[in-house]
Amino acid sequence: MNNSLIINGFRFILLVLTQVLIFNTLNFLGFINPLVYVIFLYWYPIKGNRAVFMLTAFFLGFVIDIFSDSMALHAIASLTVAYIRPVIMRFCFGVNYEFQNFSFKNTTKVQRITFLGLLVLIHQVVFFSLEILSISHFLLILKKVFATGVVTLILCTLFSSLFSPQSE
Amino acid sequence: MQRIINFILSYRNAFLYGFLMVISLALTIRTHSYHQSKFFNSSKWIMGNVYGSAANISSYFGLRQENNRLVEENEQLRKLLFNPSKESVQEKDSIFKDYEVITANLIKNSFSSPRNYLTIDKGKIHGIEQDMGVITTKGILGIVENTSSKFATVQSVLNTKSNINAKIKNTNYFGSLIWDVQDYNVVQLVDIPRLVPLVVGDTIVTGAMSSIFPENIPIGVIRKYDLNASRSFYNIDVELFNDMANVKNVYLIKNMNKEEIKELEARTTDE
Repeated sequence: MNNSLIINGFRFILLVLTQVLIFNTLNFLGFINPLVYVIFLYWYPIKGNRAVFMLTAFFLGFVIDIFSDSMALHAIASLTVAYIRPVIMRFCFGVNYEFQNFSFKNTTKVQRITFLGLLVLIHQVVFFSLEILSISHFLLILKKVFATGVVTLILCTLFSSLFSPQSE
Repeated sequence: MQRIINFILSYRNAFLYGFLMVISLALTIRTHSYHQSKFFNSSKWIMGNVYGSAANISSYFGLRQENNRLVEENEQLRKLLFNPSKESVQEKDSIFKDYEVITANLIKNSFSSPRNYLTIDKGKIHGIEQDMGVITTKGILGIVENTSSKFATVQSVLNTKSNINAKIKNTNYFGSLIWDVQDYNVVQLVDIPRLVPLVVGDTIVTGAMSSIFPENIPIGVIRKYDLNASRSFYNIDVELFNDMANVKNVYLIKNMNKEEIKELEARTTDE
């Protein structure tokens, strides 16, 4: 327990700094700033208290918000993802994720990428529709969700295979 | 009672979600209509220092470009210095000075979201105040929004809340400069009446109507224009002189007469 607290805290700080200092200033093609900190929600232990998980996700988003002067947009997006993560997990891994001995090791690669992809997609949709907040810019929202989503997914997949928690 | 408590307990996560959601939505929607939040912004001590130390490292990469830009500006200023106009003697006396200029470095840039805020490394102790104008060597950049003791945030012209008085150079037709979120190099000038003769390539400068910017600070050139829905005003696309993606040294403009103007305006509306 203590060990996972330290790992998660360390991850938290590192991801905030990476997001804020590297990916928020990336501006690939002028507008693509991948929101890689979603991977925190992917890595977060499954069996932890759900309320604590939501509070952590909210706080993670909020810290990034303060850095990027976007008020509570990141907070809303990552809170929503944290809230519906169990539903997505049931969708991707079937009922057996509720068993005690469930771990990512027993899942296929496709399942894991679907899981990550859905997390990223929901996060992007919530974030960009609230950021722009206007129906007349629907195409712009779609463009941003799609472009940023793809880049985020690629980066997150890379990260998850580079720094895999299973090898710890 | 027991059942109510049980009900709340069984849905405690949903309640927590709703609670946090309401807080953050309230914070977000408030900033849509009012100023940026006073408490949560990147001019704060920790955020400023993190950005400051990162900018310290990354600023080395753009030194050559930045030097060229400054040399270009020096060249222009030298030209002014060697060809003085007749009445400029007076302006050197500080009593007659209308504007004071403070330099600063940009430590956080942002141009891809609909509401962009920048952070600079000067704050209250350097004399920065809210509503000071921010320009670069090329043109306007934004307006100071919040200050802490050593840092300040700037509302960029690339912000849907930004609304700056601008006019067509050498005329007195003025309108408002806004941004439609589409392209970070193009802003929109609206409320220019239909009878004004326009040419693509005309220069747009700041107008004399605001107490934030001095008149005639360059903004950009007209890229294209068409009439708006009511067919009586133009919507003009203005291509900025500034490369918003590459800004480092900025100048802050302090209007020495601002207090006086504000006071006078307040008194006039009171009566």
